[in-house]
Amino acid sequence: MKRLLPIAAALWLALGMQAAQAALKVLACEPEWGALVQELAGDKASVYVATTGLQDPHHIQARPSLVAAARNTDLVVCTGAELEVGWLPVLIRQSGNNAIQPGKPGNFEAAAYVRKLEVPDRLDRADGDVHAAGNPHIQTDPRNIALVAEPLARRLAELDPANATAYQARHADFMARWKAAIQRWEKEGAPLRGASIVVQHKAFPYLQQWLGLVEVAVLEPKPGIEPTSAHLSAVLAGLQTRPAKMIVRAAYNDGRGAEWLAERTKLPIVVLPFTVGGDDEAKDLFSLFDDTIQRLLKAAP
Amino acid sequence: MSHPTPLAALLVALAIASPPLYAADSPELQQLRQEIDSMRQDYEARLKALEARLKQAEASLAAPPAPSDASGAVATAISAPPPAAPPPPPAQVPASAQASASGFNPALSLILSGSYAALSQDPANYRFAGVLTGSEIGPGVKGFSLGESELGISANVDPWFYGALNLALEADNTASVEEAYVQTTALSDGFTLRAGRFLSSIGYNNDKHAHTWDFVNAPLVYQAFLGGALHQDGLQLRVLLPTTQFIELGSELGAAGPFPSGGTSRNQPGTATLFAHTGGDIGASQSWRAGVSMLWAKAEDRASDTIDAAGTVVTSQFTGTTRLGIIDGVWKWAPNGNPQRTNLTLQGEYLRRLESGSLVYDSTGQALAASYHSAQGGWYAQAVYQFMPTWRVGLRYDRLDIGDVDASTNAANLYLPDYTPTRATLMVDWSPSEFSRIRLQFAQDKARYGLTDNQFLIQYQMSLGSHGAHSY
Repeated sequence: MKRLLPIAAALWLALGMQAAQAALKVLACEPEWGALVQELAGDKASVYVATTGLQDPHHIQARPSLVAAARNTDLVVCTGAELEVGWLPVLIRQSGNNAIQPGKPGNFEAAAYVRKLEVPDRLDRADGDVHAAGNPHIQTDPRNIALVAEPLARRLAELDPANATAYQARHADFMARWKAAIQRWEKEGAPLRGASIVVQHKAFPYLQQWLGLVEVAVLEPKPGIEPTSAHLSAVLAGLQTRPAKMIVRAAYNDGRGAEWLAERTKLPIVVLPFTVGGDDEAKDLFSLFDDTIQRLLKAAP
Repeated sequence: MSHPTPLAALLVALAIASPPLYAADSPELQQLRQEIDSMRQDYEARLKALEARLKQAEASLAAPPAPSDASGAVATAISAPPPAAPPPPPAQVPASAQASASGFNPALSLILSGSYAALSQDPANYRFAGVLTGSEIGPGVKGFSLGESELGISANVDPWFYGALNLALEADNTASVEEAYVQTTALSDGFTLRAGRFLSSIGYNNDKHAHTWDFVNAPLVYQAFLGGALHQDGLQLRVLLPTTQFIELGSELGAAGPFPSGGTSRNQPGTATLFAHTGGDIGASQSWRAGVSMLWAKAEDRASDTIDAAGTVVTSQFTGTTRLGIIDGVWKWAPNGNPQRTNLTLQGEYLRRLESGSLVYDSTGQALAASYHSAQGGWYAQAVYQFMPTWRVGLRYDRLDIGDVDASTNAANLYLPDYTPTRATLMVDWSPSEFSRIRLQFAQDKARYGLTDNQFLIQYQMSLGSHGAHSY
């Protein structure tokens, strides 16, 4: 009995130490929010990212790996605005995890902190896969990232009060660097102001608003509907009267519609990373926008 | 008539001037005017106040919500748009929508489907000779038919429960409750408890609704051994283990009644299940899930249509126990995990059923009772490939193993030919959007002894209302 006591004590101590070291577990639906949590939490959180930059975050299935991740997480950080409507509710329902249910502190919706664009006046699926809350692709404007960072840092501190000061400090540091970066990007991107673009999917209204790009045509006839040859022909005809400088698509889009149009118009195709990991250059949030600006500038000198 | 204009002007002046003139005469009207004036001033003041509040609200929306630390200044500074950027349209959230009671309406979804079938054999004589089945077998009716329309309603009940109802509206003007359950959302440690009527989680295909199937009809083994799919009226408990690998264990207790159990009047549940599923990813492009399931069912006078050697339909009643085991697996591939352009799904299940008890042959006529033991099985395997956006092609092979049937003295009555029911199915479908699908299917069905049924089907499936779930 006396010999067992120290062993038991050691075990409990080890358990306690493990608990103290255990990082806050975060499930990020999209890579940009995974990267933002990384910026704000550093090694205080372990981040599982549900999708990659080469996947359309709308068309994801509630795979077993994601269900397991949802079961084990303390916090889900997702875009919201119905972007993950097909799979996140399934994950949350199957997870058996009370902490991440809607309305709990463990459920963070980034789009709630951003003013959405393209909020539809009417909700009718005849208009394609429209989102009632507005366009969900908010991460293409770095100012939106800043808007999300503040409440996200607060949420991390709320869930992990022991490290609250660390989150606060990291947030202040991130914001200082982010503000400087935005000024640099805006300066670099100034020549893009007023440039006309054709987009594959209505994925860039926030980027367009930020940089002053003008969308003159969309390759998808309706949001979420694959480009048809009839619609592409109409886009081609429309470009005679409203010429564009480039065709812009996200890395995960099927490229054939854009290639068809580029062949006939000789317009450059700009494949934007769209999120962290969308291409080799976009390694984190900063290089994501570095790369986005550079790719756009290359197409519109 | 040479001066119409001054006359008209005079009339107009009179008309305009008349109210004050009359008002001067009537204190009542004067009072009314004063009241209107004061009301107007009051409203103008309130409008101005509201405008000011609107501007304030717009400003606070554009800026982050009340930051408390140093980042506030930073965020405000960067949220100021560059000069030429167009102002964002106001976010339209009508205040009435938030306040009204309809804001709490649950998610509503409606599945509409219909089909046309050209079958070379009469669907009325569809039987698996030697296999006791429920009634839900066969390819359906010839010609045009309305498929099952499905109305789904679901929502969180409160912070502790979630509820869902699925009504199946059949072509023959009947409605049936496909699912009606509540489940917990607030249990932690991976536990979920469900109560009500639900599709059992055994196997892979069982808890998939018909509109999510890759083929028009269910695999033969599901038709033969589970009546299409096992519905449970009872309880389900599931637990997800705290491992990075997906491991789900579960059990169900259900009422007796739906095939393969049958009309018992006891306090004990008529069916019990145990299931385990595991799965994960292999790199970014592949994912899989595999499982084993067991089902125990008590049957009391469970009626099955069998055929005798002359091909006449005879009703027999089974009383005893059914044990069913399922091994299932699915593997999915999409380049980089992006299924939009191409993807491939391989899926297969093996079922084995042991029945032990007694059988009353021709229960409505001669009623010949004898002991009955059987060991039967079957499997299906299928591949579905999306070869270009919106287009998929699929191939499925079904096989039933009549196995060993020991019907004692009924052996001569039960028609047990030496054959293996099989079916090969080819389908092509086109989904112009996430919400609609049109499917062509051809099957060569050799489920009936000595008969080949060439089945050609066209089917549409449309979903409207709330966005469907992307279940795995």
